[in-house]
Amino acid sequence: MARAASPAAAEDPAGLGRARAAGIAAPALLVVLAFLVFPALWTLYLGTTNYRLTGFAARHPHSVGTDNYTNVVKDPAFHHSLWLTFEYVLGSAVIGQALLGFVIAWMLRDAAGWLKRLVEALVLLAWILPSSVVAFLWVALLDRDAGTLNTLLHTPGTAWAIEHPMSTIIVFNIWRGTAFSMLLYSAALTGVPPSQLATARMFGANQWQQLRDVVFPHIRGHILTNLLLISLWTFNDFTPYQITAGGPDDKSDILPVYIYRTALFDGQMGLGAAISLLMLVINLVVALVYLRLLRERRLERVV
Amino acid sequence: MGARSARSRNLRDLTSPTALTAIAVAAVTLAAGCSSSTSAPGGGNVNSANQPKNPTLVITANDISGGKNAAEADWITKTLIPDFVKAEAAKGITASVTFRPNGVDDNAYKSKLALDLQSGTGDDVFALDGIWVGEFADAGYLKPLADVAGTQVNDWDGWKQIPNAVQALGEYQGKRYGVPNGTDGRVVFYNKKLFAQAGLPADWQPKSWQDIYDAADKLKTLSGVTPIQWDGGVPMGEATTIQGFLPLLAGAGGSLYDADKGKWLKPGKAFTDALGFYQKVYATGGYGDSVLQQDAKGRDKSFAEFAAGKIGIYAESDYMWRSVLNPSGGTAPMADRNTGVGYALIPAETPGSGVRDQDFVSYSGGSDWSINPKTKYPQAAWDFLAFMNSKAETESRIGGAAKITARADVNQDVLAGDPMLKLVSEKVLPITSFRPSQAAYNDVSALVQKAVAAVVGGTGPAEAAAAYEKGLEALVGAGSVAGGS
Repeated sequence: MARAASPAAAEDPAGLGRARAAGIAAPALLVVLAFLVFPALWTLYLGTTNYRLTGFAARHPHSVGTDNYTNVVKDPAFHHSLWLTFEYVLGSAVIGQALLGFVIAWMLRDAAGWLKRLVEALVLLAWILPSSVVAFLWVALLDRDAGTLNTLLHTPGTAWAIEHPMSTIIVFNIWRGTAFSMLLYSAALTGVPPSQLATARMFGANQWQQLRDVVFPHIRGHILTNLLLISLWTFNDFTPYQITAGGPDDKSDILPVYIYRTALFDGQMGLGAAISLLMLVINLVVALVYLRLLRERRLERVV
Repeated sequence: MGARSARSRNLRDLTSPTALTAIAVAAVTLAAGCSSSTSAPGGGNVNSANQPKNPTLVITANDISGGKNAAEADWITKTLIPDFVKAEAAKGITASVTFRPNGVDDNAYKSKLALDLQSGTGDDVFALDGIWVGEFADAGYLKPLADVAGTQVNDWDGWKQIPNAVQALGEYQGKRYGVPNGTDGRVVFYNKKLFAQAGLPADWQPKSWQDIYDAADKLKTLSGVTPIQWDGGVPMGEATTIQGFLPLLAGAGGSLYDADKGKWLKPGKAFTDALGFYQKVYATGGYGDSVLQQDAKGRDKSFAEFAAGKIGIYAESDYMWRSVLNPSGGTAPMADRNTGVGYALIPAETPGSGVRDQDFVSYSGGSDWSINPKTKYPQAAWDFLAFMNSKAETESRIGGAAKITARADVNQDVLAGDPMLKLVSEKVLPITSFRPSQAAYNDVSALVQKAVAAVVGGTGPAEAAAAYEKGLEALVGAGSVAGGS
């Protein structure tokens, strides 16, 4: 809005006039205001109250100042949850999905058409199924008594989701989300000029050298964009709740699950809002870091 | 042309500061409306003479055909609602009533109900657990029935048939918020087949916790059998508190709350003794399956295991008998339930060590039916409640599956046919205890569940009790906590 209304736009290349330009932008800005800015401010406000889902504080919430925020920051349960979320994002998105997605895309680049389509279809299937359906399948897969995995591995009585909760949800999310990275890298790899790869090969570059010196410089922007998107998605991912429900004993209590349990199960809406806002801030910081890296890359190119 | 310029003028209007402010204010008030729930109830126009002739009611409960509490769901849709519509038609009123089923964990149902009521929607008539009444009333989601539907509520003849202890399930601070649906009692179920194999008597009645350990020692010799299931996990929610912990606490002579002093009690010897039982079962004695307690679906799984003859002893409410193991319509039916499942009173830690010096103890709860204070048809809603809890409908409700109803006149007639429920009604209810009807109860209960889960996971009872005490003081304030139990 600032740009449309600022004197700098007086040259008016579109010939709309300042008021009309503002008029065209206004509906979009209103939507942003109503569905993004306002809820964020409202969350900020709720976070300063003792508002609850039930009980006296549901009817007459009162201000508790910054208590919620300071309590959360000091709360070991929050640190624990933040650390688990970090493990989850790093393990399942940054390392798991991005790496596996690239490996599949790289290996399939010269594969026969039918093989490529088959693998892509299977990987995509994991991505496009509704999360509730997928979660149900995984619960059946990992079940302690009649689970498919126990039958295949001959490990009767192993409660995978309870004995290894974090590994379970990390593997689950790699399986679930690799499709996006694979698609993005497949598209990016088609932009690498084959002539450069052929030249590199002619000079005796091995696979790793080809990747490092030819492929990566070409697709670095794609890698960063992909990492940005999948880390933010994973950071906010609630699907693990449907498999482990944050348990056992909070061992897979990643932030979205922690907030849900605090706000809706324990009914502490005010506290939940405070944690949500902290989560929003973390999201912004992650996004800023990635965008910064992307911009540096562009500046390099210009220079 | 004309149309286009008109449109652009409108756009321009929209961007004027006044329009922007108006929209922002509208957005703020809309959202603020979500969190303030103080608008006037519809109770003002209650008058049976000139009530609306075409009331529409939506009824909801955590019942679903083919799943949780299936018998009740079927009764509501197939018998109660048609009967009610017919009865109203006789009065010249065309009522349209629908049932909204749910089949989820109690915690999830509670969150959903609270969110619906909080946002000013919510169904007209709903079922809720007696222990939620305080919280919901404090939040303004419930109002005393007489405020919603007028003085006719207190004149209802059904109250005379409901014992005071059961009426209390729907009361908070001396006012009636709901009509109790019935009550229940906790006992110890056991598998007679496994008992025979382990050389234990068919008419087992433990007299102390040691008797339970001794039986478990024998059951342990059977392969593939878990001797004891005593609910002990956070995922099991309130079941862990009322099925598992509270009968143990009562058996050691303790309780969570002192109603006379109006204070919550610090964990004392009884508290650590009760946790010690869990330690014996899940850690030192190896009688229970501690992994199952942590399973998000642990309660349903343990029901299925008991029905499949893989669990020897199981502490539960009569709910297990009538809604879980019931060969007709149970969620984990057991064809030979009547001959294969035994039941015994829950013993105190040692004879005479229970609350009120009792040898045996139990805990009871129950749900209520209540009215959404924001219903458009308070008269019809109350008529529905009174109708559903009339003698005739209560009898038809338990026609398929017996249960202990709120009404003494019905219980007398019906329970004779079911020896298990007869035992609960005659032997358990006289010695039972009820949970404190305090708004903070559910939060305290969550602390209890954490303490129990910690012990099941290997923490010592004293350490878990200390954490409970700390949590309790943080929750209700040190001033509301009194010395030990």
